[in-house]
Amino acid sequence: MLWLVVAYLGSLIVMFVAAFWSTNDFTGALVRKFTTNNFHTLITESVYRTIAVRSIVVASIVTIVDAVVAIPIAFFMAKILSPRWRRIMVALVLLPLWASYLVKAYAWRTIFSEGGVLAWVASPFNIHTPGYGLGATTAVLAYLWLPYMILPVFAGLERLPDSLLDASSDLGANAWRTFRTIVLPITYPAFIAGSIFTFSLSMGDYIIVKIVGGKSQLFANVVYDNIGTAGNLPFAAAAAMVPVVTIIAYLLMVRRSGALDNL
Amino acid sequence: MNLSKRARRALGAFSGLVLLILYIPLLVVLVNSFNPAKTFSWPPTGFSTKWWSRAIANEGVRTAFVTSVKAGLGATSIALLLGTMAAFAVARYTFFGREAISLLVILPIALPGIVTGIALNSAFTTFLKPFGIGFGLFTVIVGHATFCIVVVYNNVLARLRRVGATLEEASGDLGANTFQTFRYVTFPTIRSSLVAGALLAFALSFDEIVVTTFTSGASIKTLPQWIFDNLFRPNQAPVINVVAACLIVAFALPVWLSQRLSDGAAAGGRI
Repeated sequence: MLWLVVAYLGSLIVMFVAAFWSTNDFTGALVRKFTTNNFHTLITESVYRTIAVRSIVVASIVTIVDAVVAIPIAFFMAKILSPRWRRIMVALVLLPLWASYLVKAYAWRTIFSEGGVLAWVASPFNIHTPGYGLGATTAVLAYLWLPYMILPVFAGLERLPDSLLDASSDLGANAWRTFRTIVLPITYPAFIAGSIFTFSLSMGDYIIVKIVGGKSQLFANVVYDNIGTAGNLPFAAAAAMVPVVTIIAYLLMVRRSGALDNL
Repeated sequence: MNLSKRARRALGAFSGLVLLILYIPLLVVLVNSFNPAKTFSWPPTGFSTKWWSRAIANEGVRTAFVTSVKAGLGATSIALLLGTMAAFAVARYTFFGREAISLLVILPIALPGIVTGIALNSAFTTFLKPFGIGFGLFTVIVGHATFCIVVVYNNVLARLRRVGATLEEASGDLGANTFQTFRYVTFPTIRSSLVAGALLAFALSFDEIVVTTFTSGASIKTLPQWIFDNLFRPNQAPVINVVAACLIVAFALPVWLSQRLSDGAAAGGRI
């Protein structure tokens, strides 16, 4: 236990403190003196604002796409399939989650590449494929985190008693109305629980952008580039605060829905 | 619920389509690893195993593989020890800060990997450098262990909660000492959950790249790092394909095994 406290919490604190340090322009050495310059740069430079907004938009689109895909499939698993097939489906949804993250990203690189699978599928229809870029990034992120959305929504729907749905249709509601007034409100906390994963995982990702993103960067890339090529640890630490603060803000925003108890 | 047959069919077809999309990328990699072409081309031009033999002979792949195995074993052992201890503490005793601990264990997988990575990186540079411990296998193992603890913890905790403490109490009443109770009662009940947790922890560690990037330094390279480094070199593409295909097959096995062994607690996600 001490391990986690010391190694992990300690590290987080060091990072927080380091965000207020700076590096010597000339030697690149760490200067351990309190300064808010890093945060000043982050806020005033418009490029960082653009990237931050872009990251939040991408993370939101990923979350929405995942929800739209996950709710029907989770409903199908929980309410229509027989228990035996349900178990098989859960396993089938889970398995890709554990396949190597990098391998999946790589697979999508080959799909989106020039002369790749997507181009091959699209060529008979004379559709020009967009290739690498922000669209590809969003699609791959949505693909990667989809199981994180399906599973909580499925668990939520499984708890929903069938009698509720029967009662609704007995009272004369059609399927769509039952879905809108019974199923959706009840899945909402589960959706929030799933969205915490899809949103925060998307906010923190830089690998996918590097692999299929082309030139449009996300915020985690700012962090990565500063620590990797520029060696500017303090600025990277300050920049890492942006996704952390965004995620915490998101958590606080959704806390009211009571979804955190479902995690 | 009385859905029309058409609505049911539509839902089923949609679900099937989503599953298909989930698996197509993996299949593409598998098929492509037998593609004889030197540059990526789809559809494959033929069938060949030459890239497989080329990959097995590749020095970089072999070194990286060994590094990954070492890091995985190291991180898994630490995670087993600490995760089990934490699970026991939370399941069997009440103490101040118990809730805080369960939150603390989950934090490394809730926060993005890049945050964990940078946090560890800055801590290592600040505290370990003065002692002459540079980045290397040790720092990678520490980094991996931080997020591997949670899978062991989840698995063991689920088992302990399900079994309850009555068996251990009975054993104590029958005159067994603490060691005997652990040896003959507690350990056999949690054994399979330990195996499941260990398999998943190893799989996590083996696959992890973000935290690794920030904790490995320049001297060593794990397999995912090797893949990532060579991803942008066109003449390495066929070899990467083979490594990726191997990883897909190698991953399915431990995960399937741990699913059978655990109580379904393995679903606890990450990255």
